[in-house]
Order: sequence, then structure tokens, then C-alpha cells
Amino acid sequence: MRIVCPFCGERELGEFTYLGDAKPQRPAADAGEEAVYDYVYLRDNIAGVMNEHWYHGAGCRAWLKVTRNTLTHEISAVEPAAGAGAAKVGA
Amino acid sequence: MKYSIFSLARAALSGHKNWKPTWRDAAPKDRYDVIIIGGGGHGLATAWFLASEFGIRNVAVLEKGWIGSGNAGRNTTIIRSNYGLPGNTGFYELSMKLWEKMEQDLNYNAMVSQRGVLNLYHSDAQRDAFARRGNTMRINGIDAELLDQAALRKMLPFLNFDHARFPVQGGLLQRRGGTARHDAVVWGYAHAASELGVDIIQNCEVTGFTRDANGTVTGVETSRGKIGAGKVGMAVAGSSSRVAAMAGLRLPIESHVLQAFVSEAIKPLIPGVMTFGAGHFYVSQSDKGGLVFGGDIDGYNSYAQRGNLPVMEDVCEGGMALIPMIGRVRLLRQWGGIMDMSMDGSPIIDKSPVDGLYINAGWCYGGFKATPGSGFVFAHLLARDESHKEAALFRLDRFQRGAMIDEKGQGAQPNLH
Repeated sequence: MRIVCPFCGERELGEFTYLGDAKPQRPAADAGEEAVYDYVYLRDNIAGVMNEHWYHGAGCRAWLKVTRNTLTHEISAVEPAAGAGAAKVGA
Repeated sequence: MKYSIFSLARAALSGHKNWKPTWRDAAPKDRYDVIIIGGGGHGLATAWFLASEFGIRNVAVLEKGWIGSGNAGRNTTIIRSNYGLPGNTGFYELSMKLWEKMEQDLNYNAMVSQRGVLNLYHSDAQRDAFARRGNTMRINGIDAELLDQAALRKMLPFLNFDHARFPVQGGLLQRRGGTARHDAVVWGYAHAASELGVDIIQNCEVTGFTRDANGTVTGVETSRGKIGAGKVGMAVAGSSSRVAAMAGLRLPIESHVLQAFVSEAIKPLIPGVMTFGAGHFYVSQSDKGGLVFGGDIDGYNSYAQRGNLPVMEDVCEGGMALIPMIGRVRLLRQWGGIMDMSMDGSPIIDKSPVDGLYINAGWCYGGFKATPGSGFVFAHLLARDESHKEAALFRLDRFQRGAMIDEKGQGAQPNLH
């Protein structure tokens, strides 16, 4: 698996760190326990095409949103996540 | 048929032409008391314990491929019970005790070999942590020995003891740990369960659940038609989220790929199972002579049953740091399996929120050693509708209650467990 970083070009997987599914959004501070439980612990665990957050730690150190098929490892799109810390606040 | 030295001799004298298939490849009936989804070690063990311990023999095991084709055939065959947290310690020892009598119980040679499991430590802090875990084990009646460097130098003179960065100071040894022949475990449970009337149905993929007006599960839809059931248990680690989704459930699980490796055969070198404490590398030697080893999961969600090169490189570096002489051994095979990574690194064995559906999932990369224990406590749950006392903490709602069983204290980040 290689990831084509929009800033650095095609780079080997070892340069990147995985965060996970890009879909979960941190709930508002007053959202309640159920929403926090859902955000922290439950996963769609998609078998197929999934949007994910990856961090290019050994390159430009940017957070990326990668569209990847978990059944085949095929990557169909890579784009910058919206701003630093995007994974925490939602891209 | 019953296997013994006499049956072997008889078969040998007749040119091995009269062996019968060791289990029946059954066709599905209309209805069973219990259906187990997943014909791996855990599913087959569950079926066997249901039939042998709990008197429920109208049982089917449904497998979408052939039995043992998932993680039961993709692991590194290690058995041990060296866990430190309440919930895990007792459960894995229950499993260890079942390993010790499995072959007699099943009348099948699973090549259970208690050659010892040794966790190496490389710092004072790690020694203290291992001493604590060893003490926890001993308090619970499990064998554990803390060995110093001098003892290890005698036992394993080829280790890189004086590596400047990762000096080997000693290790925590569980002599009762070891390995078992993974395929034979599957075949043994299939053999013994089939003898008691359990139907093992291969090439039968579950595609949905049938439910009544109250939402209770009444059976499964499969690629071989609808099958009714009093209760349905799922033991499909790797695919748990996918099967649970058919019942409208989301689980605290991510599927990740874990790779394992076998080298070409060499003369006897590694006496037991050994783990490197300064990286992630563990190794044993198969009876055929190959070094069987592995390390970390790849770290990204995957259902692909194959991994990538960075982890392979990392595992091999770990091996080289610990045993420099294996650098000239060639890699023979490498494969990947799909792990049910739970949010605290421990399994889930519980009723699901859907009536009639029971979950056995979240084994991370530790499912093989749990095979007999998992089967026993899951059969207990299915038969009696209550958790066995050694599995009472493996609840689905523990994440909601803050009652995680997190051996490493990593939190809800499955790729770190």
C-alpha cells in the first residue's frame, strides 16, 4: 500500500500513521453519555469503501483524508483534512 | 470412529485405505435448538460443549467456507494463561486446564505441547511489571517463574543479551504454556461434536436473520436456505461487525489485519515460545522445524487477509535484535488474518440486545489460546442464559459502564492493543 500525499507525492506506508474512520464527530460538550459512548467506542467497521484519517508523520506532517477499500486496500482518493487537528473536530 | 493405537495399527496393516472421514459433512435441517455461526475453533468447541456438557445435541455449526478456513488456520498456535487482570486471569486459566485434557476428551491428537511461554524483559521497570503479573498468576494458582539473566544464558545462549539498546535482563516463564496444532484443534472438535450428533454445515453463508414480531431472532437466512433456531450464537471473529449488522447492531470492534510468518525449516533451536519485550516479536519453532513468528497488527482497518511490508520489516527487525543469527534464515511463507479488535483488547461473550442472538467476539489477536475456554463459557451462556463465572466480566455493555478489561491500558484505540 502506498499513499499519494497531496503535498509530498507517492510515499510508502511506513511514513503514515492511522487514526481510523473519518466519520465519527466529537459530540458537543452537553450531548450526554450515550452520544459520547457512541463516538468513543462504537464503530461502523465498514467492509468496503471507507473515509479515513491518516497522518503523514514522516513527511509533511499533515492530516489526510484517505478514501480506501478495506476489502482490497485500494485507495481511490487522498485529500488534505481540514486543518490541523481535523481528526478530532471533523474534517 | 474411536482413535487409538489399535485403530492406527489396523489402518496401517490395511494400507491406510479404510480411514473414514472424521466428521459428517451435513446438509441443513429445517430447525435446530441452537445454531452456531462460524465453523472455526470457537464455534466448533461451543457446539461440542453444548452436546457433551449441557445436553443440547440438536445443534448446527454453519460455516461459509470450509471449517478452520478463517483465523483458526491463520494463527501462530500459542497457548498460555499469563494474564494479569481480573476477568482475564481466571478465564484463560480455565482455557489452559481444558487444553491439558482436550486430547483425551476429544479422542483426537491436537499435538498440545506444553513447551513453555517466556516473556523477556529488558529494563528494571519491565521486570517489576512482569514480577507483578507473575505474582498475580501465582495467587490465582497459575504457574509462573521469574528468571534472571543467568538462568536465561543457560537456557537460550544464542540471545543477544548485551545489546546496548535492548539488553535481555530476564523473563517471566509459564512452563504450562506452549503450542497446539491449530488445524487438529478444529478437526478434533469437529470430530467429537459430529460423533454426538452436531451437524457441521460447510459452504453455508449466513445472509440475514429471521425475526418474529417482537424482534426475537427465530433463525437465519443462508446461502442454503432458511434455517430455524431456538437460539443463534455467533463466533465469527474478524467478521463480527458484518454479522451483527444483519441484526441491526453496531459493535465496539474494528477489524484489523495481523500477519504471521514461517521460515524455512532449521534444526531444533527455540525450545518454547519466546516474546521480545522491547519491540513486538514472538517466535516458536514448529515440529517441522520452521520458525513461526509474528508481531504487531498492521494498524489500519482491513478485511483483506493480507498485510503490508512496513510491519513485516518491523517484525524481522525485532527478530534480528533478539536473535541475530536468524538473519540468514530465509522466510518461507507469510499470511494475514482478520482480527476482531475490541476497544479494550478483551473479548465479548454475552447476550446481544437482540433476543435470541448471542455474541462471542472481540478476540483481538488472542483467540487461539482461548478456543476451549471460549467454547465452554459460550456453551454455558447459550444453554443456561447466564454467563459462566469466569466470563462474567466479558460483557458487551462494559464500555458503557466504564468496566473495561484493558491489560495494556491503551484506551479505545484498537490498533494499539
